[in-house]
Amino acid sequence: MTHPRATPPARTESTTHTGRPRPGTARTPSLTDFRDHLTTQLEPAARAWLEHALDEATAHPGLHGPISAWELRLAEAGRRCGAAHADAARVLILDAARADTDALTRVYFQGTADERRAVLHALPHLVSGPGALPLVEDALRTNDTRLLGVAVGPYAARHLAPHDWRHAVLKCLFTGVPVDHVADLDERSRGDGELARMLADYAAERTAAGRPVPEDLHRVLDLTESVPPAPGTDHPHGKES
Amino acid sequence: MRIFDPHIHMTSRTTDDYEAMHAAGVRAVVEPSFWLGQPRTSPASFRDYFDSLLGWEPFRAAQYGISHHCTIALNPKEANDPRCAPVLDELPRYLVKDNVVAVGEIGYDSMTPAEDTALAAQLQLAADHGLPALVHTPHRDKFAGLRRTLDVVRESALPAERVLVDHLNETTVKEAKDSGCWLGFSVYPDTKMDEERMVAILRAYGPEQVLVNSAADWGKSDPLKTRKVADLMLAEGFGEDDVDRVLWRNPVAFYGLSGRLNLDVTGTEPTHEGNSILRGVPKDPHEPDPASGAPARVPATEA
Repeated sequence: MTHPRATPPARTESTTHTGRPRPGTARTPSLTDFRDHLTTQLEPAARAWLEHALDEATAHPGLHGPISAWELRLAEAGRRCGAAHADAARVLILDAARADTDALTRVYFQGTADERRAVLHALPHLVSGPGALPLVEDALRTNDTRLLGVAVGPYAARHLAPHDWRHAVLKCLFTGVPVDHVADLDERSRGDGELARMLADYAAERTAAGRPVPEDLHRVLDLTESVPPAPGTDHPHGKES
Repeated sequence: MRIFDPHIHMTSRTTDDYEAMHAAGVRAVVEPSFWLGQPRTSPASFRDYFDSLLGWEPFRAAQYGISHHCTIALNPKEANDPRCAPVLDELPRYLVKDNVVAVGEIGYDSMTPAEDTALAAQLQLAADHGLPALVHTPHRDKFAGLRRTLDVVRESALPAERVLVDHLNETTVKEAKDSGCWLGFSVYPDTKMDEERMVAILRAYGPEQVLVNSAADWGKSDPLKTRKVADLMLAEGFGEDDVDRVLWRNPVAFYGLSGRLNLDVTGTEPTHEGNSILRGVPKDPHEPDPASGAPARVPATEA
């Protein structure tokens, strides 16, 4: 897959003393990771298909005809590469086609749930500013856990406003999406008194109903209490204790 | 017993139905695009419907361990509405999607010129996209409708062996079988076919190229009719192999003509089939993959 392109460097992996990534601080895979993963995992026929698709997308990016060739490849990536590798293949196709915010928005809203998930995966690699936030917000409005788990990735960590981000965390707890999927969970929840209040209220509601409180809730609650709020942190109501 | 319901409108059904279907042995469904009871008024309404068939509905099905595919088309009834017909121009971008395993339901409702045009155009779309076609046969003036349908199929670029003619009954099965098309039967509580008549047709015409469906939708219908036909087949002396052929292998063979049928139920975990590279957590290659082979989890969704 010969598509040298300047890509954002992978962020530094954050690990505990045991060598395991700390929860909520998983390293964002780089496009090179995606490429290496597929190079080793894909069957020869699928690999050949993907290489051709990437060459084609590199040579003919942008809009052409009723459906651009790279958008056709994006649509068929699942049956060509197999469901387990489709996300990574689609991210590489989007990268090769140099899809900008407008193109990503179009293919997201014209895409299947699988294509939408791939666009969400691609956002931190392909979009530098907050322009693609409407896609994240759309995904967060769904109840599809396969979209939610990706919508709370690094792009959301970077750009989602505090109120929306807290609701995203709460929605993960509601829908059973492990908070491991929430990028930068440690950093963003640290000292967040408003998030702590929302979590405590949710726990109280569950307890009043005689229903179990999700284990992840306590974990995030601990994170909110891990360090006193730094000056300027958004905590309009302070922490209730 | 494994069951593939090759024609069911799950968008109109509840999660209780999914649960009961799974308990009855249903592991795969195909949901054809059709009308909704209430007429649509614009192509935008179709787009939302198609998006649902390619997004939310497969997710719902996967929560209950059922593989969900769909067929996409402008249905015969709404082909007559000039407000809806322009959606024909938008079908190509849907027909390339992974989960689309046929063009359908197409065919006749009232046998109008607009229906002629839509049927011919969509048979051509099927041929162009390497897809088979699911053809609804009309409920009124059925025999004449079947003959006209088969004539249009013969004139099309799509070979008969890539066409399923559906909603057949005693009056239409012979002509349909002679055409070389696949034979679909919808088993309903009161109308269309029932279990006893279905078994009689299987006895008379054999199980080759026969598909049995519930066609369950928003009307009086029963998503477990496939299982009830299977049970009656066994009670009436058919073997398990015949049941598996009609209720599983035939639909797999027909929709498999698309090259897009994937019967592994994709888990509803946010990590797609254990594809941990996308979670950002490098995976230990020696660690067993918890996602593979695990039953689909049913999250307690409240939001």
